[in-house]
Amino acid sequence: MKKYNIIFLLLFAVATSMTAQTEKGSIHIKNGTVITITNGILENADVVITDGKITGIGKSLKAPKGAKVVDATGQFVMPGIIDAHSHIALDAVNEATNIVTAEVETGDVLDPLDVGIYRALAGGVTATHAMHGSANAIGGQCETIKLRYGTYDPEELKMEGAPRTIKFALGENPIRVHGEGNRLHARTRMGIEQVFRRAFSEARDYMTAQEDYNKKMTSDPQAVPPMYDRRMEALADILRGDIIIHCHSYRADEILMLMNVCKDFGIEKIVYQHVNEGFKVAPELAEFGAMASVFADWWAYKFEVYYSTAYNAAILTRNGVVTSINSDSGDYIRHLYHQAGKTQRYGKLTDNEALRLITLNPAIQLGIEDRVGSLEKGKDGDIAIFNAHPLSVYAVPQMTIVDGIVRFDIKEDNNDMRMSVDPEDVDAMMLDYDHDHRCMEGAAEELFHH
Amino acid sequence: MRFNKIILCCLACLACLFVAGQLSAQVVGKATKGAFLLKNATIETITKGTVKGDLLIEDGKITGVGSSVAAPASASVIDCTGKFIYPGFIDMGTSLGLVEVSSVSLTRDDNELGDIKPHMEALTAVNPSSVAIPVTRVSGVTTVIAQPGGGLIPGTASLINLVGYSPDEMYAGFRAIRLNFPSSGARGRRDRRSPEDRKKEEAKKLKQINDLWEEAEFFAKVREAKSKDASIRQEYDPVLEAMIPTIKGEQPVLVEVNREDDIIAALKWIKDNEIKAILTGCAEGWRVADEIAASGVPVVTGPVISIPTRGSDRYDRAYANAGAMKKAGVTVAIRTDQTENVRDLPFHAAFAATYGMGREAALEAITIVPARMMGLGDELGSLEVGKVANLFICDGDPFETKTQIDQVFIQGWEIPMNSRHSLLYDEFLERSPGVKN
Repeated sequence: MKKYNIIFLLLFAVATSMTAQTEKGSIHIKNGTVITITNGILENADVVITDGKITGIGKSLKAPKGAKVVDATGQFVMPGIIDAHSHIALDAVNEATNIVTAEVETGDVLDPLDVGIYRALAGGVTATHAMHGSANAIGGQCETIKLRYGTYDPEELKMEGAPRTIKFALGENPIRVHGEGNRLHARTRMGIEQVFRRAFSEARDYMTAQEDYNKKMTSDPQAVPPMYDRRMEALADILRGDIIIHCHSYRADEILMLMNVCKDFGIEKIVYQHVNEGFKVAPELAEFGAMASVFADWWAYKFEVYYSTAYNAAILTRNGVVTSINSDSGDYIRHLYHQAGKTQRYGKLTDNEALRLITLNPAIQLGIEDRVGSLEKGKDGDIAIFNAHPLSVYAVPQMTIVDGIVRFDIKEDNNDMRMSVDPEDVDAMMLDYDHDHRCMEGAAEELFHH
Repeated sequence: MRFNKIILCCLACLACLFVAGQLSAQVVGKATKGAFLLKNATIETITKGTVKGDLLIEDGKITGVGSSVAAPASASVIDCTGKFIYPGFIDMGTSLGLVEVSSVSLTRDDNELGDIKPHMEALTAVNPSSVAIPVTRVSGVTTVIAQPGGGLIPGTASLINLVGYSPDEMYAGFRAIRLNFPSSGARGRRDRRSPEDRKKEEAKKLKQINDLWEEAEFFAKVREAKSKDASIRQEYDPVLEAMIPTIKGEQPVLVEVNREDDIIAALKWIKDNEIKAILTGCAEGWRVADEIAASGVPVVTGPVISIPTRGSDRYDRAYANAGAMKKAGVTVAIRTDQTENVRDLPFHAAFAATYGMGREAALEAITIVPARMMGLGDELGSLEVGKVANLFICDGDPFETKTQIDQVFIQGWEIPMNSRHSLLYDEFLERSPGVKN
């Protein structure tokens, strides 16, 4: 029996490695109200996807042979929603063993069986930023994934060609885990600053040692290379501009601090996450070219977000900061269209400004705006279809398409969409809900703060 | 040296001024009372349909609703052309006023030590100056239950209006003890108790509750006898004392219960002991909606915007729960179970509306239904002459995020439409000084 299992596993492994090519499809979406984000709204228009890419947007288009036809009469067609801060599809979130863990990657712990992926699809989401948690000042590298629910292969979730990103964290979380929990530094925001300065200085020395060796080895066969260090490699790649920093942050002072550190080390690519007090330093963020990925209205759950405002996204947008609305939650990821709508209650953003917060702007923040985030020819066929305007609270997502493949269809799908069911496991309700806020998971079991 | 001291003093004074200036930015301003004539509005009365016309507020009450209402000359007139008036929304389950910053334990007053503590009065610990109160009321949520948590009987919850400088001023006429109904369910994935141990623990807790009821009934009888015969002695017992209104049936019990089989167990306990009860939570109410309906016990459910309770559930189960219970014939009110974002109550109702409940029933679930559930159907929950003037003016459907809430009245007080959130917006939209000037 065991033997068969092993053979089966081997066969399975061979089969999956052979089919690692992502599935792509062709679809003809007919006669919808098409919200392009970058080119206005087109009434009674078609969108054609050929082999996973958008090949046409306009009236009465012709579709390639064999394309699936979707009648979108009376419906709203928009680019797939992108969440710049999520922890779905992850087996682990925090490597909370050191205040610097730049060497670890969430890409190594992707879980394609997480039903949370399907629930997000049912909210019109097509891509997420699977982030490391906020336990460490310099956390792990993150993975930008596409919600290709149905695959068993973690590799297939990865958005091929997306730039590398890394999680940083300021303030209470790293202080609580390391300063208070492990009784090590940093215990204050002063200490946190020095973690970055030390890490980047060491990385700079590491780069110099490598360069010296490269020069020396041509003439000196006895030259000794510096010891290979994955942590230093990752930090060096940040200094080289190859990795975008996504930094968990709240208070204005710590936001300014990290910008100063970045200036000193020549780092230009930084996106602040949560950034509840971003509104206070919006002019500085805009001047630096730093971006902001915020909650629609979360505040007061901890002291560093007590002086918050739900008008944050509106103030940042009006000050020229590229802003997105994220979920950081297995719940909120399912209604980011509703969260974006809150910027109309709090700050009167226009429809297009509000929708940009969950489409093109997060794409820019992840460095994938040439691929997704708007409906344009040549972009990926990632689309969400709603039965009413997506900013209306009465809108219900109808269909979600990734690379031209329908991954959610309200009319076709079963109630139970789990891919893996353990017959031994009784699927009963837990008294404490499954915690959907995972930023501190793995750092402190009882503390699940964002 | 002396000179330095003077300079230091001056600096200190300046610093004080600066701080005072900042503090005043946290203060939202005074409410005003008097007569207000809201003219030319679309009035959504809830109980008597939609009325096009005027609404008059005098002395904290609604004194006129109709196509044209005569008002005293002293009344301030508010032109509501193109606007809508709705009754203030009611949230029957929040920690508002009790919890300021949830991760800072010293700012949490909702969870006293112990298991059975009906004498813990939420109203005592309601902070009228909680920053979340103005943030909440400018959204049209005017009245909430502030509820204690933790243990078998967390304490006594109170209904409060979101205006006033003391808890007593805020009190809105309803109190009830809460009961966390015992459960044999696992607490989470890390709960290592065996199913048998969990069952034993559940039975033990249920016995604790039944013992308490028995003792309290006896205590109430002795109290009754003592009122006729002063020679009868009764020892001080704040727990049993606090149970008397419940035992007498003067107050319902708010029974928190969420799992399918726990709801059935709770309904049986309620029936067997003839308890006047309201079920709260009921996350899995849709599974046993017919049984709840048959029992006649009303339900306060929420949060609506949340994930399904089981991995096998349809993705929108939590949204659809309220509507499914309502369809089965259950009386359903909606709560947020929130602290700082109780302002989301209309959005929770909106999601329920969209996923099967319908807009009308969802509106009722945060207005007249909770009012009647608390025995306050004559005072709150609709726009009718004689009711408390808890209402708001808005420029559209209050369920939609695009809609602006223009003016809120609570007990007839014209509420300043500011909060920390709007004040920070005013200050920072165009920050001065900016980067360069």
